[in-house]
Amino acid sequence: MNINKQQAQKIAFILFRLMSFSVVGVLLIILGLIIYRGIGTISWDFLSQAPEQGMTKGGIYPAIIGTLYLILGSSLFSFPIGIMSGIFMSEYAANNRLIVMIRIMTNSLSGVPSVVFGLFGMSLFVNTLGFGDSILAGSLTLGLLSLPLVIRTTEESLKAVDYAYREGSLALGASKLQTIRNVVFPMAFPNIISGLILSIGRVSGETAPILFTVAAYFLPKLPSSIFDQVMALPYHLYVISTSGTDIEASRDIAYGTALVLVTIVLILNILANLLRRYFAKKVKTN
Amino acid sequence: MSTIDARNVDFYYGNFHTLKNINLEVQKSEVVALIGPSGCGKSTFLRLLNRMNDLIDGVSITGTILINGLDIYATSVRVDELRKEVGMVFQKPNPFPKSIFDNVAYGLRVNGVKDKALIEQRVEESLKSAALWGEVKEKMKKSAFALSLGQQQRLCIARALAVKPKVILMDEPASALDPISTTKIEDLIHELKQDYTIVIVTHNMQQASRVSDKTAYFYLGELIEYDKTTTIFTNPQKLSTQNYITGRFG
Repeated sequence: MNINKQQAQKIAFILFRLMSFSVVGVLLIILGLIIYRGIGTISWDFLSQAPEQGMTKGGIYPAIIGTLYLILGSSLFSFPIGIMSGIFMSEYAANNRLIVMIRIMTNSLSGVPSVVFGLFGMSLFVNTLGFGDSILAGSLTLGLLSLPLVIRTTEESLKAVDYAYREGSLALGASKLQTIRNVVFPMAFPNIISGLILSIGRVSGETAPILFTVAAYFLPKLPSSIFDQVMALPYHLYVISTSGTDIEASRDIAYGTALVLVTIVLILNILANLLRRYFAKKVKTN
Repeated sequence: MSTIDARNVDFYYGNFHTLKNINLEVQKSEVVALIGPSGCGKSTFLRLLNRMNDLIDGVSITGTILINGLDIYATSVRVDELRKEVGMVFQKPNPFPKSIFDNVAYGLRVNGVKDKALIEQRVEESLKSAALWGEVKEKMKKSAFALSLGQQQRLCIARALAVKPKVILMDEPASALDPISTTKIEDLIHELKQDYTIVIVTHNMQQASRVSDKTAYFYLGELIEYDKTTTIFTNPQKLSTQNYITGRFG
């Protein structure tokens, strides 16, 4: 049978459409399942109480707080370093061998399995530097993990700013730093900020890097310093689904925890979009 | 003393010999048009005058360029000081994503002017000189992006005027604009030549003949002919010039 090009086009488009819908479908099924199984568990007490009775009852408050601390800690570490590196890579570095090397390494770093980051963090921060299992060690490890993403986002966002704006500024006698601070960075900022928030989303869901560096199996009290351990949502989810005291009895809590985690990531994504739009508008209309 | 005096200038992009032994003088308050086919080196030459080509890797220049007697490629010259003296207007209007006021004030602020009254006064003066004041005085806080392309280009001219340059370089300033906006820019050039020396690159032969006192014809990196504009357009000495201005090639 001969297929003419109109028919071929029709078939191709049906195929493309089917594939893209199937992605959405899978996402909806996952979300649907988590909401369906988890929504019954969500209550104010679940969000504000510590786990009880071998983590088969009670809430997940310490894990929520722990995850928020880790998000904050890793951001404090990775944002300044990542943004400054990104600026260097985009604005200052000549296209020489060193830069190509740095870029390749940055890319490879983002390909390193997260469990390797966990082992590295344990060896360097926990043991060698003597931070112990702590928020500090966990934040640094998570920060390292998200660093390549922050660098890349910053670099790409800056590069997307038309060269004409740099020339316009330089031609008025502005220095390179003034040009970056007053013109290029503000224009790239909407995209940078959405990249940063997406990296937070990634950090909040990671389990392996915190496994050996910070996460506590069960720790109902809140941390009092950065050298304390904390519980964290993804690790808590892992624990009560695989090695809790009574896995069957804590099944609902597991789905509830998953729902909270997914909601946090979802909120961060929406926030990323809103901030991007807000700053894009602000930059244009001042 | 000539305002611009280029002597034996050679310029290379890597191994590519872009400009060959250019000698060109511009007197105070003259408008000089640089014409020639694409790739002839006229824009490259223009960008040597405020050292914009410094931003490109792997370029080299020999010869000297004096502006008001100062060798601008001397090691003692600070490039930001030079660019205050030699302003530039680009092909595509490139206002910053800031308010109209902040766009014009930008050059003053980055050069350390803090006096608010002075900044306000200069912004108004510059916008008046760029024939834009009447159209924008009510909306100084509005984004520059809200202006039409033609207005944006005049804003970019005002921005350049605010730091009080002696020379203004224009790189095809009207090529992205409609005919009416183009006319306004050309009228503006006539006004500005009272106070400034202007070098303009253009692809538009009529424009060159309308706005300039002298015209330099570039071809394949060489300055073929440089003379009064009326002479270039009525009685060119070189065949190549004649062929180009009569539209036989280019």
